[in-house]
Amino acid sequence: MSTSEYDSLRPPEPPRRRRRGGGGGRRRRPFGTGDGNREMLMVPDVEPTSYYGRPVVKPAPWGEDVAAYLFLGGLAGGSGLLGAGAQLSNRPKLRRNARLGALAAVAVGGAALVRDLGRPERFYNMLRTFKVTSPMSVGSWILSAFSAGIGVAAASEIDRMTGEKLPLGKLRPVLRAVEGPAGFEAAAFATPLAAYTAVLLADTATPTWNAMHKDLPFVFVSSASLAAGGLGMVTTPVEEAGPARRMALLGVAGDVTAMRLMEQRMDPVAAEPLHHGKAGTMLKWSERLAVAGGVGTLVGGRWRPAAVASGLALMAASALTRFGVFEAGLHSAKDPRYTIEPQKRRLAERRAAGITDDSITTV
Amino acid sequence: MGQLSGPTDPTADAHWHTHEERKGFFTDTSICIGCKACEVACKEWNHNPRDGDLDLTGMSYDNTVSLGASTWRHVAFVEQDRARIEEARESGRVLVSLGMPQVRSERDVTTSVTDLSGGDLSGVDTTPPDTPEFRWLMASDVCKHCTHAGCLDVCPTGALFRTEFGTVVVQDDVCNGCGTCVAGCPFGVVERRSDGTAAPTTREGQKKGEQPPIPNKGVAQKCTLCYDRLVDGQTPACAKTCPTTSIKFGDHEDLVTEAKARVAQLHAQGMTEARLYGANELDGVGGTGSVFLLLDEPEVYGLPPDPRVCTADLMTMYKRAAMAAAGMVAAAAVAFLGRGGRGA
Ligand code: SF4
Ligand code: SF4
Repeated sequence: MSTSEYDSLRPPEPPRRRRRGGGGGRRRRPFGTGDGNREMLMVPDVEPTSYYGRPVVKPAPWGEDVAAYLFLGGLAGGSGLLGAGAQLSNRPKLRRNARLGALAAVAVGGAALVRDLGRPERFYNMLRTFKVTSPMSVGSWILSAFSAGIGVAAASEIDRMTGEKLPLGKLRPVLRAVEGPAGFEAAAFATPLAAYTAVLLADTATPTWNAMHKDLPFVFVSSASLAAGGLGMVTTPVEEAGPARRMALLGVAGDVTAMRLMEQRMDPVAAEPLHHGKAGTMLKWSERLAVAGGVGTLVGGRWRPAAVASGLALMAASALTRFGVFEAGLHSAKDPRYTIEPQKRRLAERRAAGITDDSITTV
Repeated sequence: MGQLSGPTDPTADAHWHTHEERKGFFTDTSICIGCKACEVACKEWNHNPRDGDLDLTGMSYDNTVSLGASTWRHVAFVEQDRARIEEARESGRVLVSLGMPQVRSERDVTTSVTDLSGGDLSGVDTTPPDTPEFRWLMASDVCKHCTHAGCLDVCPTGALFRTEFGTVVVQDDVCNGCGTCVAGCPFGVVERRSDGTAAPTTREGQKKGEQPPIPNKGVAQKCTLCYDRLVDGQTPACAKTCPTTSIKFGDHEDLVTEAKARVAQLHAQGMTEARLYGANELDGVGGTGSVFLLLDEPEVYGLPPDPRVCTADLMTMYKRAAMAAAGMVAAAAVAFLGRGGRGA
């Protein structure tokens, strides 16, 4: 051990004790505030080793734009489905509102996605190729296909609403003829639109998102259903909004159940960010609002003011689910613990089970 | 679509018609002296800008902090005392006694490895060759050029591609900066380049506008294994400059063989803490193109202990999503058919 003239100024050194699982990385003290001795005085912490507490994986460089898109994409998908159902069951107001709602949601959501790119002017490169291995690529195609159909269907609605003011000329009969098929085409891509965003998040190295990979799609389609149902209840008179109410109720049931099941089934450490901080608060309120909206729908869904209030609560619930899950994932990527602990555990479990040939560390 | 997990030849998977040997690095951290020449050579050759303000981090001699958009080699420094050294040695011993694989690869290494994998280390001299009280771990980290690269798999534009050398490279002019790859990498390597350092600095002693313009702003950036040099038959800048040959470049297969021989040699010297990282094609990413020799657990160096490429589970995810989507259609059907239409 080297000595220095300042040694006499140090507090007396307690007897050495063997530490467990420590490393260079455990020392999180800010620069210059400590020496080796101070660490000895600390309660032995159970934190796993890491490299100075630095994250192992990088969080996706995605802003709230992407979280907003998760919500809007689901809302659009659910509305597209409602629109097609209204088409089939002859509910013109519900059909019109669902189509317009879906178009607005994809338009704003798509714009948010483009704005979030590092190079927005190159957004069209998303359709440069089709890659099954990339949920972002698959999703871009789904979004495009859905937008095309819903765009045509909604254009026809706008034309009707404005008293045939769109400068369509001879194309008007064509538009009227294709709006029905276009609505169904959009509906074919509506549920993929609502579900793929779950795969987009899960197919990453972000611990909390990846740990959700089996159940997140169920949460997201439920959330999409209750949001679209909610929008239908807000925009459409109660006589035509029956399916919207029922879709919302099924969505609430699915959302609450799937979320709980998911939390139970995922790695407990990776699930922690869902309960802490901003994400925890958002997810708690999301459940409360979903239940409140569901009860409101059940009790007062046929009274317009109550329907509107419930619908708004449901849409807020869906938005909070998306923002909460989004936030929890980013948080899990920023703390090395969420990457290291589950990985160490699963490695140890495999070794305990006698599987020793698939570790990245070998001799 | 090639294979999503398991051992494979990545170049063949990517349908290359020309055949080149798979290239890679073997970074032997046991002889790294922490000079950071690799960091400098990399920045120079690739014209990578400075990232962030120049700051002292207090993380030993590491003021680079991590790999990122403009840092494609990063030298980690860890200071350890006797207790930690002993633990590292012990965890290495456990690895050996597990009978870990150098198995299942055709070209098998020196006999000493086989001897050790029997788990009997009683005859081995375990006197620490270093000072027993303190050691410095230094390790030059780099993109792993994974056999199954999460970044490449999830890239929607095809900007990331597999080269004929089996490496993974971003095409700067194709990437639109969607950032999916950043989340897809299990090692936290690739990053979207921000304009962080583009602003002219006004701090004392520094000239305004002293930074050159930042190239490739907003697109994903990472180690290319000096693709531009490889096509010319040159050695990557970091390996070329490394004064101790801690960074070795060559054909992947040869490097893995060399790595196994080296770890056996260290074990024979009693350094049971030595272990390889990435040399196993059965691991979660199908083995890495950049192989490392470490002297402690991977997480001590900031490496994930059990990485698994996210796309290995992609088909499960798609199946679950399809089930969920079907459920949503069913829910809509119930919503419209329920209670005979207009009620509820
Ligand atoms: S280490 Fe990360 S960036 Fe490098 S090839 Fe593997 S997944 Fe891609
Ligand atoms: S940021 Fe660029 S390289 Fe990364 S996934 Fe997106 S398009 Fe591909």
